[in-house]
Amino acid sequence: MGKGRVAVLSGNDAIAEGALAAGMRFFAGYPITPASEISHFCADELPKYGGKFIQMEDEIASMAAIIGASMAGGKSMTSTSGPGFSLMQENLGFAIMAEVPCVVVDVMRFGPSQGVATVPAQADVMQARWGTHGDHPSITLAPSTVEEAYHVTVRAFNLAEKYRTPVIILSDATLSQMSEKIKIPDPDSLEILNRKKATVDPQQFKPYQDDGTGVCPFASYGDGYIWYTTGIVHDETGFPATGDPDKLTIQINRLHDKINKNLDDIIQVDEYMTEDAEIIILAYGSVARSAFAAADKARNEGIKVGVVKPITIWPFPEEVIKKVSEKVESILVCEMNHGQLFEKVKETVEGKAKMAFLGQYNGKSIKPDKILAAVKEVSSGVFQ
Amino acid sequence: MVSSNSIVEKYLRTDKLPHIWCPGCGNGIVINSLIRAIDNAGLEQEKTVIISGIGCSGRASGYLKFCAFQPVHGRVLAYATGIKLFKPELHVICIMGDGDCASIGGNHLIHAARRNIGVTAAVLNNSNYGMTGGQYSPTTPEGAKTRTSPYGNIEPPFDICDLAKASGATYVARSHTYKPRILTKYFQKALTHDGFALVEAMCDCPTLYGRLNKKGAGKEMLMNQKDRAVPLEKAKNKSSEELEDKFVVGEFVNKTRPEYTKQYTKMIEKVKLEAD
Amino acid sequence: MSEYFEVRLSGSGGQGMMLAGIFLAEAAGIYDDKNIVLCKSYGPEARGGACRSEVIISEEPIVYPEVQEPDLVLAMTQEACNKYYKDLKPGGIMIVDPEYVREIPDANIEIFQVPLTRIAREEIGYEITANVVALGAFAAIVDWVAINSIRKAILDRTPQSTDALNKKAFDCGYTYVINNYKEKARKIG
Repeated sequence: MGKGRVAVLSGNDAIAEGALAAGMRFFAGYPITPASEISHFCADELPKYGGKFIQMEDEIASMAAIIGASMAGGKSMTSTSGPGFSLMQENLGFAIMAEVPCVVVDVMRFGPSQGVATVPAQADVMQARWGTHGDHPSITLAPSTVEEAYHVTVRAFNLAEKYRTPVIILSDATLSQMSEKIKIPDPDSLEILNRKKATVDPQQFKPYQDDGTGVCPFASYGDGYIWYTTGIVHDETGFPATGDPDKLTIQINRLHDKINKNLDDIIQVDEYMTEDAEIIILAYGSVARSAFAAADKARNEGIKVGVVKPITIWPFPEEVIKKVSEKVESILVCEMNHGQLFEKVKETVEGKAKMAFLGQYNGKSIKPDKILAAVKEVSSGVFQ
Repeated sequence: MVSSNSIVEKYLRTDKLPHIWCPGCGNGIVINSLIRAIDNAGLEQEKTVIISGIGCSGRASGYLKFCAFQPVHGRVLAYATGIKLFKPELHVICIMGDGDCASIGGNHLIHAARRNIGVTAAVLNNSNYGMTGGQYSPTTPEGAKTRTSPYGNIEPPFDICDLAKASGATYVARSHTYKPRILTKYFQKALTHDGFALVEAMCDCPTLYGRLNKKGAGKEMLMNQKDRAVPLEKAKNKSSEELEDKFVVGEFVNKTRPEYTKQYTKMIEKVKLEAD
Repeated sequence: MSEYFEVRLSGSGGQGMMLAGIFLAEAAGIYDDKNIVLCKSYGPEARGGACRSEVIISEEPIVYPEVQEPDLVLAMTQEACNKYYKDLKPGGIMIVDPEYVREIPDANIEIFQVPLTRIAREEIGYEITANVVALGAFAAIVDWVAINSIRKAILDRTPQSTDALNKKAFDCGYTYVINNYKEKARKIG
């Protein structure tokens, strides 16, 4: 890693570089395209830092292994694509419930099933939100440039550590496979957060005792604390609270509250030319780049277009969208899927702006001209 | 050796007792043997992680004063692999039932054994899924009745020890709840073994498996275990007909092969040396 | 509009088109300090059949990351030529290896026929260096990337033991174009 340097990196490599800079020292994964290069990088680099890479027998095991490593104190990550992400949902739920920090990278593909492997798509937006069963929050981030992929990954680890929760990074085949020039910062210049460690007397330690922040201090295995946890809804002692309706409610609420009370810290949205915009294009991931290009072209033609690019997809940036919807006429949501985030945007806008959707799911990235054409239709009131 | 009482106080979360296991269930005997083995082996509680799966045996981790947790069904060996690889100095013990280990977790079992990762697998084989109401498992004998094999099980069972052996485990042993001291001996060997070690403990489920198959109450089933157990040496001269409805006990594998995390540490040293 | 060029390097799997793309991207991005995007064929496609890598070189930040209308296409095989020349910008440049590309597209294209593989085989002694020969030819035809930057990018990425070969391969490609296309060399673009 060394000091800061300029390099040409792919989106996949930038995610892996960012993870390493954030302190990742454990990676477990199972081969799948278009995410493979992330595991290649980790297999190459982690041993050099005394870290561990393991190729597990499947994605279920990969997710379990990174949780295990995190419980032993390691910053850990896995990467996959849609089908593997499906398999990870089971243990992802455990990480949410037991509040184990870790990072899951999903380089999205088509679905359902094997879908289409190595072409651009954004089909896992709702899986990232609701893939695992039960009531649970989700922190999901989506970068759109290689440079952003690096920094979003560092941030994913920081959020995971700070809020003791898994964080999902949604990438796509366009971003994962393209390379860009990136300034890799001096690792010392990065803000790196580490989980709050338990400091109380081991006899007094309760693994889920709220210290007032909603996020409980963590005792890594081997650090002298003896404690129990379970994927069953538990109380502050880590033991099942099955028979106690109040305690069940408290635990589930705390899982949500620690995220919902810190939305300002977690939510990141880029706005581009929204100040005087009449039409907003909402896009994320690599599609946002086409949206920016389309907005520039539209402005040249005198159409007042702006772009809203959520980098934090979940929790959904409701406040930003609400504010935007109050001052614009129309919102055009562009996604490489059949309409996933669109539904959430529509629900948030509550009819305050006209809604339009441009979805493409043909294995090709959405070209700026296609978005421009849609913008023109929206502008002239043709688009339904 | 410390007295029974001090063992109880030291290793059990007495505030969580009584346990949920039925009268006559073998799980308590197996856990008793396991913690005596832990004590004999001198493992530090702060440096020992116990993971148990889902099902009756899955409750064990909650009664034990160790770094312990109960994740989702069938995945304990995958969790264990992450813990052990990241921090090899920890002892990791996986408590699994027959369904947990050989059905939903079967893939993790064969790969943990193949890697020869230094964790201990304690398999409590009661021939059925007890917690969920007595369904057939991959170790239910052919012909046996369960709630999902009401006309007799037509699936041949797995021999978990054979499976572990074939997959590359370097310590494999089986005993049963009539012989708790032997179980302790095997567990102790497993805990101090440098590699993947599996001990299968045959234990009874009188409430479901026993009742459905008219095997009698806990005591009868326990006596029956003694009769069914055939030591490995004797089994060698017996025909398969003679071994019907029996199970072979003893140490099936006890050998050395490079342990996975040690191999990884070696690789790190080599990579670092080359980088310098 | 400020300088913005799209380059497509195409051939058959194993001809080093992916690596040539990396050389060019690093030359323009790191040594010329321009903005670049590099996209490559992925998976099995990169190993056989026609495959390509594409480099966008721009003074301004690159918003849309895919090549839409290449300014230059290199085709090392007939299949790659047929597959990848069609969206070439009118009046755009095409570098072809005549040993493999026999049917040259009849379009409004500036064609450079450079026997890349023959040069690599006969003058360098290794056919595998044809991609470096091609970058030499590229450097002689357009000035979008500084010649020394391409040289440096190649040498930085390859083992020192191959430096002499790579230098020679690059120079042979460059010289061939200068000698055979005197009028056109480094005047386009």
